[in-house]
Amino acid sequence: MTASTRTFGLEAIAEIFQQAKDENRAAFLPYFPIGYPDYDTSLDAIAAMAEVGVDGFEIGVPFSDPLADGPTVQAATQKSLENGTTVKTCLQAVHKLRERGITQPMLMMSYANPLVAYGSEQFVIDAKAAGADGLIVPDLPPEEAAYFADACAREGMALVFFLAPTSNDARIQLVAENARGFIYVVSLTGITGARDALPADLSQTIANIRRLTDTPLVLGFGISTPEHARMMNSLVDGFIVGSAMVRAAKEGVDAVGKLAAELRNSLG
Amino acid sequence: MANYLKQGASVPDERGYYGDFGGRFVPETIIPALDELMAAYEEAVDDPAFVEELLHLQKTYTGRPTPVTFAKRLTEHLGGAKVYLKREDLAHTGAHKINNALGQALLAKRMGKQRVIAETGAGQHGVASATAAALLGLDCHVYMGEVDIARQQPNVFRMRLLGAEVIPVSSGSQTLKDAINEAMRDWVTNVRSTFYLLGSALGPHPYPKMVRDFQSVIGHEARQQIQEEAGQLPDVCIACVGGGSNAIGLFHAFRDDQDVDLIGVEAGGYGVDTDKHAARFGNLNISRPGILHGTRSYVMQTEDGQIMETHSISAGLDYPSIGPEHAYLRSLERAYYTSATDEETLEAFQMLSQLEGIIPALESSHAVAEVIKRAPTMPKDSVILVNLSGRGDKDLDTVIKALEG
Repeated sequence: MTASTRTFGLEAIAEIFQQAKDENRAAFLPYFPIGYPDYDTSLDAIAAMAEVGVDGFEIGVPFSDPLADGPTVQAATQKSLENGTTVKTCLQAVHKLRERGITQPMLMMSYANPLVAYGSEQFVIDAKAAGADGLIVPDLPPEEAAYFADACAREGMALVFFLAPTSNDARIQLVAENARGFIYVVSLTGITGARDALPADLSQTIANIRRLTDTPLVLGFGISTPEHARMMNSLVDGFIVGSAMVRAAKEGVDAVGKLAAELRNSLG
Repeated sequence: MANYLKQGASVPDERGYYGDFGGRFVPETIIPALDELMAAYEEAVDDPAFVEELLHLQKTYTGRPTPVTFAKRLTEHLGGAKVYLKREDLAHTGAHKINNALGQALLAKRMGKQRVIAETGAGQHGVASATAAALLGLDCHVYMGEVDIARQQPNVFRMRLLGAEVIPVSSGSQTLKDAINEAMRDWVTNVRSTFYLLGSALGPHPYPKMVRDFQSVIGHEARQQIQEEAGQLPDVCIACVGGGSNAIGLFHAFRDDQDVDLIGVEAGGYGVDTDKHAARFGNLNISRPGILHGTRSYVMQTEDGQIMETHSISAGLDYPSIGPEHAYLRSLERAYYTSATDEETLEAFQMLSQLEGIIPALESSHAVAEVIKRAPTMPKDSVILVNLSGRGDKDLDTVIKALEG
């Protein structure tokens, strides 16, 4: 299937959750930053994960001051910037991945400033043209997202907002009303990074949110092992693994593919 | 003293916007904490007991009101406008930062948050936070870039003496910007137990407003004092601008005095046409509206939206963005912004020391540098009020190296 014939945007994202649901499992959406450890290798790493059947991707666009990220992603995106990665080369990367026949949904993940500097509306248009399906911006709560929201609505792109263990009912409702595609649930109060154990109150956090919305919930922050992944099937609609993938990339593309396969296979 | 926290202002709006600037661009995890902070702050400023405690500490602990001093010899030397200094260097801990640190620390205590975190550039806000925490019995942790730790050693020792933990930040440019990143990461992680004692008029709403309000004591006092000393309102108010808390604290009381010019002085480094400065309004080829540390304001950035590393001889002005209310005042043309180079700053530092017996902080020396340029062009019966935001003891090493180098 080529980029022009695959389903796209919100529709494509809805399909992966439906498919995962039909298979009684959670969808697996790894994160990987473009340009780490170098541009070509990052594309190969994403292709290797696509090969083993992950459900979708968060495509990291590096930013100099990533205040929601822990040391692993900070170091990787810093290296990526030193390698000369720009917003434009990240969009080109998506286009190249589509040319290589990768059909899974891809969501561009960056902070507000690089996207605003590019031009928020133009970014949405160009991301769609490159073959991306949506946006994830961790420092953009719904009340600040008007420019992106209008463009995403017009272009049929997903726009993902976050919820956290600290979110009260009012925030959950606001995010649920504005989320397009899915809601990114942060597992813990903190920054990205692999953890040995997930928080004890996780199921309570999810239940509080689930009570107020039917939008797919995708859990992130701290998830790194097959044991964690297995827990996701009964907990949420999908999950994100970032720092663990980046860490694996230190050992090469094969290690990334292997970890992705382990996590995917643990879901059954 | 009257409750200066409620001077009333048309900005920010309820979303924390100053015209096109401000807002809350932060991870969702801390949005509820910002809501909680805003509610607690609004409740506190309406509570006479809170206001009374703050005013009492300002008077008996900080040493307020700080005086306004006529700089007689500097005035004669420059041969133009009469120059008056608002002496924040005489506030306890040696800079205006204590005004805000004490206010926020009282609020932390009121909110039942035992752990406070802060970021610091020059170390003045770190020292003020450590001081307020010691006074009120709070645990204080201060993030500071390694470059700043190296150039502001005396303040690092002071913070440790005061019982605070100084946490070195080795990421990025290892200056104020990176210290704020790490403080925010700490806050996201420990948000339930921790109060983020932010030191300048920047960051997500309600910080720019809250810091302005606490610092507005400067202008509130000075507006009265200058009329007593000079017999008139100033023609010009001048203050240095990093994040912009001492400047907004001075400007706020004069915002409706349309005949009073408000001038902010940014760090011109090696010159605004070089790539070594921190003048956010000085070179609009590399600075434009953007989003950093939770607020929309002018940001020095690459074409691709990556934040640029800045340079200033003064650690406290070495920051790539500026408080959103300054961007707003500039857009209204209510305030004007200029810059002073490192060289002009060093000259001002020495001139004030030698003519007035006052060693200013390098940050404040930027404001004095503007006085040196401006006073000679003004009539002798005109009045300049300059905010001497801090004293220069902390900068002696830097100045000795610069003068010998």
